[in-house]
Amino acid sequence: MFNSIVLVKQVPDTANISGKVMKDDGTVNRSKLPAIFNHEDKVALELALRIKETYGGKVTAITMGPPRASDILRECLFMGADAVYLISDRKFAGADTLATSYVLSEAIKKIGNYDLIFAGRQAIDGDTAQVGPQTAEKLHIPQVTYVEEIISCQKDTVTIRKKIDGGYEIVEAAYPVLLTVLKDAADTRPFKAKRIMAYKNAKSLTDLEGMTEGNSLLYTDKLVHEYEEKNLFIPTFTMDELKLDPERCGVKGSPTKVFKIESVVLAGGNHIKIDATKTGIGNLIDQLMADHIFG
Amino acid sequence: MNKLSNEVWVFIEQRNGKAADVSFELLSKGHKLALNMGGVLKAVIIGDKVKEIAKETFKYGVSEALVVEHPGLLAYKTMPYSRIMNKLVNEAKPRIVLFGATIIGRDLAPRVASNTKSGLTADCTELKIESIKYLGKEFKDLLMQIRPAFGGNIIATIITPDNPTQIATVREGVMEKHLSTATKEIKITEIPYIPDPTDELVKIIEQHREESKINLKAASIIVSGGYGLGTRENFKLIYDLAHTIGGEVAGSRAAVDAGFIPPERQVGQTGVTVRPKLYIAIGISGAIQHRAGMQEANKIIAINNDPDAPIFGVSHYGIVGDAAEVIPNFIEAYKQKLK
Repeated sequence: MFNSIVLVKQVPDTANISGKVMKDDGTVNRSKLPAIFNHEDKVALELALRIKETYGGKVTAITMGPPRASDILRECLFMGADAVYLISDRKFAGADTLATSYVLSEAIKKIGNYDLIFAGRQAIDGDTAQVGPQTAEKLHIPQVTYVEEIISCQKDTVTIRKKIDGGYEIVEAAYPVLLTVLKDAADTRPFKAKRIMAYKNAKSLTDLEGMTEGNSLLYTDKLVHEYEEKNLFIPTFTMDELKLDPERCGVKGSPTKVFKIESVVLAGGNHIKIDATKTGIGNLIDQLMADHIFG
Repeated sequence: MNKLSNEVWVFIEQRNGKAADVSFELLSKGHKLALNMGGVLKAVIIGDKVKEIAKETFKYGVSEALVVEHPGLLAYKTMPYSRIMNKLVNEAKPRIVLFGATIIGRDLAPRVASNTKSGLTADCTELKIESIKYLGKEFKDLLMQIRPAFGGNIIATIITPDNPTQIATVREGVMEKHLSTATKEIKITEIPYIPDPTDELVKIIEQHREESKINLKAASIIVSGGYGLGTRENFKLIYDLAHTIGGEVAGSRAAVDAGFIPPERQVGQTGVTVRPKLYIAIGISGAIQHRAGMQEANKIIAINNDPDAPIFGVSHYGIVGDAAEVIPNFIEAYKQKLK
């Protein structure tokens, strides 16, 4: 039996940025972008679920993000996660990878009882691949990054194929260990209809507060209780609940700062226009031959 | 606050006793940074029998090489390497530490940043020293860490204003390698390795490594395709053209994501940076992330059916048209001229 914690992230769909989401100052208006489940994190969840199905155990998915990140936690439930936690607090806003890994590592300590921690190699909005290793360091546990395949789990070790520069390695890691996985490590399963029916109404505290807007706090408490009874309540960890040091969270806890952002606008430029015809291209080839690039 | 260090460190990555190219590129850049802030450049080499590598670093302006040698350190392993680096960085608090953005560098640098609570910026495409004003405060000789961000749609300058150590990673090929003219006396400082039980938590059972047959950096002509090709079928045209004119095949990140080409052939900030004699970009819109990897090519030809595609902005020659028609025309015209 192996218990896994999976780190997942909701990311803006950076592959589909259009002019509409750019602000006048050239920065990106994140709230206008569609938010999606970071694909490599989904692959990480898939691997955790397969281990549970083969060896038994429990799969817990956690995400740090704004309230709407509960969307991907519901998706984790649809795929088969046993428990999910939203880690959310206004004071986490503006966190860089160091501050994020601090919060995640403390949340993992609170959940406890894990053999494996899974994460995607990197998230598509920053492509840094830093949060996994930074979290492992804070937990004082080893890591295996760029996982291509989990070969087998033994009692004390897990055997893994990982990518290295120019090849691959087979490694054996002792538990607990943190793994960051590549997108080709597994095909993710579709959501199960039965689980969608069961969990589509799972709600976090903020979700429920939204439902009771204008009503009394008492009513929210009652709703929370009701959803807990039905096993549809997504618990939220805040800064206070995790007893975190405010100096290490959010902007304050982030050593890196964005000093400047430029969006480089490129117009047509001064290039020479070449006709798409054989003659036009032929002339271009003559030019390149004269420049000793061809021939 | 204690006086800040004036040292620039480069982690020298070695595989089977051979130093990675990116490490020398970083030394070349690191030397410039050190000069600009009135500091010194140091190399850190961990491995087994790596003194020859250490000696080589002095050709790039290194003042001192810190060497940690032990048979158990022959191959890179996260736990001992990060333990050693953490200790060295915590003790000396170098002002700047640079790592290659290789698989090893991306495994190691975050652990060091996490342990030493330093700022870390990944995949920088430019690094420079500047004195700036930030939030009303003056900062002298700060490292400007410049990188495309947000899926490569904008360029961000990242700083680490308030911490003693600024850490950055850079992809191979981004910085240019050049020997330093100033000859430095060789000073190698050996640092003892004390094994720890945690070093054995992850064991390497087998290692397979092949010299990559793909060498985009060395290619003088590159034909590169993007998502605009639409299908894998159409992407074959890229291979046909490359074959005809004797070029290497490459692609944009979107082409890799779509499965048109393997990741080893990706040009751009998160791929390879190339400087060929000729770069032909076909069906590539020209996001910053891609341009970062090819805009220094000697000549650039862009082929795109969108006349407003940003790629034309960095091109010398532009052909507006459908790749499925333009490429066969190109191949035929070439064969006629050079038969």
